[in-house]
Amino acid sequence: MGLKDLFSRFKGRKKLQVERGEWLKCEKCKTLLYSEDLKKNMKICPHCGYNFRMNAKERVDMFLDEIYEYDLFPRIKPVDVLNFKDTKRYKDRIKQAQEKTGLNDAIIIAYGKIYDREVILAPMDFRFMGGSMGSVVGAKFVRGAEFAIEKKIPFITVTASGGARMQESIISLMQMAKTSIAVDKMNKAGVLYISILTDPTMGGVSASFAFLGDVIIAEPESLIGFAGPRVIEQTIKQQLPEGFQRSEFLLEKGQIDMVIDRRNLKKTVYTLIKQLNG
Amino acid sequence: MELNKEIQSLSERIEILRKEIKEGKKEKISELVQARAQFRKLTKQKMQNLTAWERVQLARHPKRPHTSDYIQNIFTDFIELHGDRRFGDDKAIIAGFAFFEGIPVAVIGHEKGKDTKEKIERNFGMPHPEGYRKAIRIMKLAEKFNRPVITFIDTPGAYPGIGAEERGQSQAIAESIMTMGGLKVPVICTVIGEGGSGGALALGVGDKILMLENAIYSVISPEGCAAILFKSQEKAPEAAESLKITAKDLKELGIIDCIVPEPLGGAHLQPKKMFRLLKRAIRNNLKKIINTDPEELVEKRQAKFYSMGRFIEK
Repeated sequence: MGLKDLFSRFKGRKKLQVERGEWLKCEKCKTLLYSEDLKKNMKICPHCGYNFRMNAKERVDMFLDEIYEYDLFPRIKPVDVLNFKDTKRYKDRIKQAQEKTGLNDAIIIAYGKIYDREVILAPMDFRFMGGSMGSVVGAKFVRGAEFAIEKKIPFITVTASGGARMQESIISLMQMAKTSIAVDKMNKAGVLYISILTDPTMGGVSASFAFLGDVIIAEPESLIGFAGPRVIEQTIKQQLPEGFQRSEFLLEKGQIDMVIDRRNLKKTVYTLIKQLNG
Repeated sequence: MELNKEIQSLSERIEILRKEIKEGKKEKISELVQARAQFRKLTKQKMQNLTAWERVQLARHPKRPHTSDYIQNIFTDFIELHGDRRFGDDKAIIAGFAFFEGIPVAVIGHEKGKDTKEKIERNFGMPHPEGYRKAIRIMKLAEKFNRPVITFIDTPGAYPGIGAEERGQSQAIAESIMTMGGLKVPVICTVIGEGGSGGALALGVGDKILMLENAIYSVISPEGCAAILFKSQEKAPEAAESLKITAKDLKELGIIDCIVPEPLGGAHLQPKKMFRLLKRAIRNNLKKIINTDPEELVEKRQAKFYSMGRFIEK
């Protein structure tokens, strides 16, 4: 639903993508920043604290002190079962996204340690077709959850997604059921599941595993919700209030546990693990 | 469509013949019988070759039976239970207990409403979080007393509004999906009209998933998909085709277990027959699972959804 505005937001930011040795403008305070400096600062604007989006690999590097595997299931790859074609073929979209990101799909299942604690970390990558959830995201989530159950270690997701992947149609919708069932199994097995919501977390991802965490944390100012803001505006024929569907708004409404700055995320997660998990 | 024109003119001819016979022209009877037979034949042909977009229109037909009709005609002694105990009562979802051929069951379904007033009251079948939370409450009650859960799916989608977001639409849907996934009683879900995305799936995780012949079930409405991926809302018929949203498509993809046939021309033309057909389908499916051990039931249900997804692994 909200994919359209998400993509247009994404397009607007394309120029600001952080690449080596590039100057870019902060979206929020408009200050010119040098990309290498930004990288060193966890992609947070040193002037106003604006959080630039991070890709899946950057998340692994940010969280894990010791990395056993960047991705436990690299052999699981998407396939165009429905032969779906809109303005482009799904096959071609997959190929393009794979070339652009170097990933097979929109999630990786990393295994490693936060300080001295083993965890499964499952970050999504918004660059891969808007972080949309299709069969591969569903399958890898389930494998990761099963792995966490087997090892009795915490499972952590970092979501960044526009929602279900329309190109896989009903099969993508069923991934909501699949991932939610995996959370049910973790619950019954006593596995700690921490869900970290980042900009953006919408639609089918938001309405399944992302909101089923034992603890739900959001990064500041992230867009989080079920329906896209434009769809809501069109439906209710009103302008949305300032800050609507942002992390701080969700915290105020009691929908999430906390809003945590990226620089404190790892420590917070680690402390939670110690408090809740053995 | 040529076929449509032919059917239309036949139906007009039948009307005229009927009138003439009433007026005493008995010799026209054999012509009427013939015209009717031809009408049936052509309609059948048409129904078999409906485009996805035509099925969308049928699935949304204003006269199509709704959850409340099925409750009234398939079950007895329905007692509706209200409210989520947290915020309010969402009339877009009806929930309660009833008897299905003497067996006590929980019944939960989206309700779009009939006339304008009721439609507004029921928000056109688009639930808020409190609707899903009511559904969860009734499911847990059913589990506590070991009653099967029968759900009916008929919604354009969960409501996209300010209040819905404030009160946790995502969380409510997610929790409903997860709850159904782990419910220790038999669950039968039927898509009776429109199965709109997550708002539909929130009542759609069961041991047996049934779908009426002309119902649709999709991750996004054809209009929404057309606007986003085809860059034009007018491409909705094309999007409907690409999305594979018909009962036949979903059966082939292994998403649903059984297609419930509709009376010729659609459920709205012969609702009574439709009630009988769905009642039979529910009976047959309930029979298969009602005596299954609860642990095994959950295990099988979870395995069924785990198996959904197509990818390569090499």
